Amino acid sequence: MEHFDLSLVNWSRAQFALTAMYHWVFVPLTLGLSLIIAFMETLYYKTGDQEWKRITKFWMTLFGINFAIGVATGIILEFEFGTNWSNYSWFVGDIFGAPLAIEGIMAFFMESTFIAVMFFGWNKVSKKFHLISTWLVALGANLSALWILVANAWMQYPAGMNFNPDTARNEMNNFWEVLLSPVAVNKFLHTTSSGYVLAGLFVVGISAWYLLKGRHILLAKRSIIIASVFGLISSIYLAFTGDGSAYQVAQKQPMKLAAMEGLYKGKEGAPLIVIGVLTPGKEYNDDKEPYVFRIQIPKLLSFLGYRSGNAFVPGIKDIIDGNYTYTDQDGKQKVALSAEQKIERGRIAIQALADYRNAKENNDSLGMAYNRRLLDENFEYFGYGYLNDPKSIIPNVPLTFYSFHIMVGLGFLFIAFFILMLCLIYFNGFKISRWLLRLSILMIPLGYLAGQLGWIVAEVGRQPWTIQDILPTVAAVSRIDSSAVQITFFLFFIIFTSLLIAELRIMFTQIKKGPNDGGK
Amino acid sequence: MVDTTYIFLQHYWWFIISLLGALLVFLLFVQGGQTLIYTLGKTEMERTMVVNALGRKWDLTFTTLVTFGGAFFASFPLFYSTSFGGAYWVWMAILFCFTLQAVSYEFRSKPNNFLGSKTFEAFLFINGLLGTVLLGTAVATFFTGSEFSVAKINLTNLANPTISSWETPWHGLEAALNLHNLSLGLAVFFLARVLALLYFMNNINHDELFARSRKHLLYNAVPFLVFFLTFVIWLFIRDGFAVNPATGDVFMQKHKYLLNLIQMPVILVLFLVGVVLVLWGIAKSLLKPYTKGIWFTGIGTVLTVLSLFLIAGYNNTAYYPSTFNLQHSLTIFNSSSSKFTLTTMSIVSLLIPFVAAYIWYAWKSINTKKIDEDELKNETHVY
Ligand code: HDD
Ligand code: HEM
Ligand code: HEM
Repeated sequence: MEHFDLSLVNWSRAQFALTAMYHWVFVPLTLGLSLIIAFMETLYYKTGDQEWKRITKFWMTLFGINFAIGVATGIILEFEFGTNWSNYSWFVGDIFGAPLAIEGIMAFFMESTFIAVMFFGWNKVSKKFHLISTWLVALGANLSALWILVANAWMQYPAGMNFNPDTARNEMNNFWEVLLSPVAVNKFLHTTSSGYVLAGLFVVGISAWYLLKGRHILLAKRSIIIASVFGLISSIYLAFTGDGSAYQVAQKQPMKLAAMEGLYKGKEGAPLIVIGVLTPGKEYNDDKEPYVFRIQIPKLLSFLGYRSGNAFVPGIKDIIDGNYTYTDQDGKQKVALSAEQKIERGRIAIQALADYRNAKENNDSLGMAYNRRLLDENFEYFGYGYLNDPKSIIPNVPLTFYSFHIMVGLGFLFIAFFILMLCLIYFNGFKISRWLLRLSILMIPLGYLAGQLGWIVAEVGRQPWTIQDILPTVAAVSRIDSSAVQITFFLFFIIFTSLLIAELRIMFTQIKKGPNDGGK
Repeated sequence: MVDTTYIFLQHYWWFIISLLGALLVFLLFVQGGQTLIYTLGKTEMERTMVVNALGRKWDLTFTTLVTFGGAFFASFPLFYSTSFGGAYWVWMAILFCFTLQAVSYEFRSKPNNFLGSKTFEAFLFINGLLGTVLLGTAVATFFTGSEFSVAKINLTNLANPTISSWETPWHGLEAALNLHNLSLGLAVFFLARVLALLYFMNNINHDELFARSRKHLLYNAVPFLVFFLTFVIWLFIRDGFAVNPATGDVFMQKHKYLLNLIQMPVILVLFLVGVVLVLWGIAKSLLKPYTKGIWFTGIGTVLTVLSLFLIAGYNNTAYYPSTFNLQHSLTIFNSSSSKFTLTTMSIVSLLIPFVAAYIWYAWKSINTKKIDEDELKNETHVY
């Protein structure tokens, strides 16, 4: 038996993570800033006040710089499914490809067409048409997010499909289940609203810098008001949708939830860790205390995950050992299998697929029927068959745990920040102390950090799966030399980093120049 | 049991893919133009005009490429997994040069842009050269084949579950060493330049640029014709990869692609009309100062490329042949998505005319005037 090249999988993962995280540097700002610009232009349209036009155009320039590089990083991701995850592309392409195609047809063209009107149409089209175009850019950007997130949600919770042994792949049988799965809905709402929050922080932060410098005061004040209101609403909403996401994780990906909370041994009435430090080097089956330090709220995890304060939340050890009862999707009580048993059933499924195909070649219809049944019965564990070690279903716990807690902490910080800003504006007549203005600038990188951490929770937390329970990364990867992937990894790293530096410098220069000649 | 609806859908989606591919080749005029910035623009203002004429269209080409990829993935996923994962280097090279392009317009003229305008112009040139040649080469493998294997049973091999593998260590680079492939790559490169020149003649209001474009039109049209004819004649005399409809077996058939044209007269007409339009647009622009050549040559390009794609996939032909093992070749039947998915996507595809209409409308509303020096001086968003 040949041995599987683990370094290939790991480099491919690293490359995907690198490119996706770079894409995510630019995308959230597009999602939120396009909306803020549309609000601003609407005010211009309503009032005819030239200052609003100047403000709109200033933020639009920054939007354009950010958009270009967002597009540049996106194309790579799309094709990477083929280049680096080729097995995946066949195994689930029947379902996964559709949202990607729809995204191109519905969203990307809308965005790119109306962006042209938005940038070049000021003196050429009517005010109304221009305003509509700006709104359509925002709509197009958010539709782009919709389809790709539907695709991602489906990987976390495969719905609306069945496996066809004749073609050796999963096939879609219900489009609406794919589109409207609760995971997809939550993921879309949480992710887009995280972009809105970031854009709010971005606009407030840059405006605060102008206030500090005593420049463009009117622009800064107006922008801060708009962005703080928008930011506050979005960040409260973000916390709700985040809770919705966590609830979905608890139901559909219990291992991810356990990793997010560092929960090794399950409990009834499990507490939520507010702040905690994990014990280094803890193994899932040793007796070490999992936390060096923690502050917790009793029963909250059970409540958030299962909407009942006394519900049982399985820990990592429980999920590996099995033998606890849980309620499945159809509301039935079931006893969980151990990882070992799941691996065994996965092997049965894979073998049944092989036997089915053999039987088919020999026109043995009895054998086909028998193996088909065997496959269907065990398919829910198909992916486990590729794993050797029960431990390999545990994701990186510290990374998931800390990312999750920092993200949530930042989420509450942002809510407090926007409330504070609005209070100072409303009750204190815009008298904002210098240190708070400085702090506002610092909020921008924290906003970016929270978004990246969110994706680390979502993606690292679901390891080793590309498709939950059905396809692990080792079975998804293309067959190329790991040295080839290493080379492209470093090329991406160098190119993206240079482009990021260029982007930042251009951005800073435009900000320094301010709105007067900001259009150029 | 023959499922005619399914067969219809597979043909429909091959048509959509072909159409997107054809539009993409036409829109590569942006890439072609990127290799001409310094050839045509002798002063800073002239270069700015050329760059801006292209810069307003780059996103359209780019989005078409993205949609072409997405639609291919959704309708023929086995191609996606086999070709992209196998011909790794070619596709990666194409992707890299499109990444570099995407930022170059926006960043080129901005102050303090870290790499310098010259670097961004070099990126545009690289994209114009490699993007066209490599895409052309990659498409030529639809007729010449590649060394890959596809075995779905591998999925049940726990140590090595990969279905598609490339059987040469060159991972796609070998395609560029095949002269027949290369003739198409170079034809696309020169065609893109021809289209760009015609586009400038139509879109920019500037006497010297017009005269220079016309001069260079001749220099690029000649090599284009040489390479295009080489490719087409070679294509018509070579053996093609035919499929036996009863068994699904793939075998070599003499003059398969020429036969396809003859057996599908509608496509033959498309092809001939396309070629004539291409030549007409070029000839008329060479003979007298004519600004509308881009329309003829552009539409002609779409029709010609469309018909080439169609003869690669229709009429029981394997559109992605494996020279490693003929029986592993991909056809529109064995590589497509399920009937359900194709149906769903066909419903979505009804939006395409609507999308095309708003693209047309939006562009018309901002393109009422040609680009000239005054316009650029008053414009607030200049590349
Ligand atoms: C500004 C960024 C930001 C902020 C402040 C928050 N999130 Fe978040 N979070 C994201 C940005 C984000 C994201 C980038 O949008 C993610 C990554 C994947 C996803 O679905 O959304 C995410 C994922 C994500 C997940 C994992 C979903 C999955 O695995 O499918 C959970 C459970 C939460 N979030 C919960 C929260 C909670 C309870 C927050 C408290 C206020 C919170 N997030 C704030
Ligand atoms: C743009 C935002 C995204 C970011 C920042 C992001 C981040 C990551 C990270 C950090 C990993 C590495 C996990 C690991 O290997 O340990 C990863 C893997 C992956 N993600 Fe995402 N992700 C994003 C969006 C998506 C979306 C929308 C999809 C699918 C539609 C997706 C599909 C994948 C796949 C296929 C892998 C590789 C397989 C794997 O390691 O699981 N990602 N991503
Ligand atoms: C792995 C998953 C992803 C893939 C394959 C992908 C693919 C792409 C592609 C090809 C583009 C360029 C489109 C064009 O030509 O105009 C793009 C841009 C964009 N993508 Fe992604 N994307 C991914 C993740 C995401 C996520 C998670 C979001 C949002 C939640 C998102 C939102 C956008 C937006 C708004 C744009 C427009 C450009 C920009 O905003 O900077 N993408 N993406």
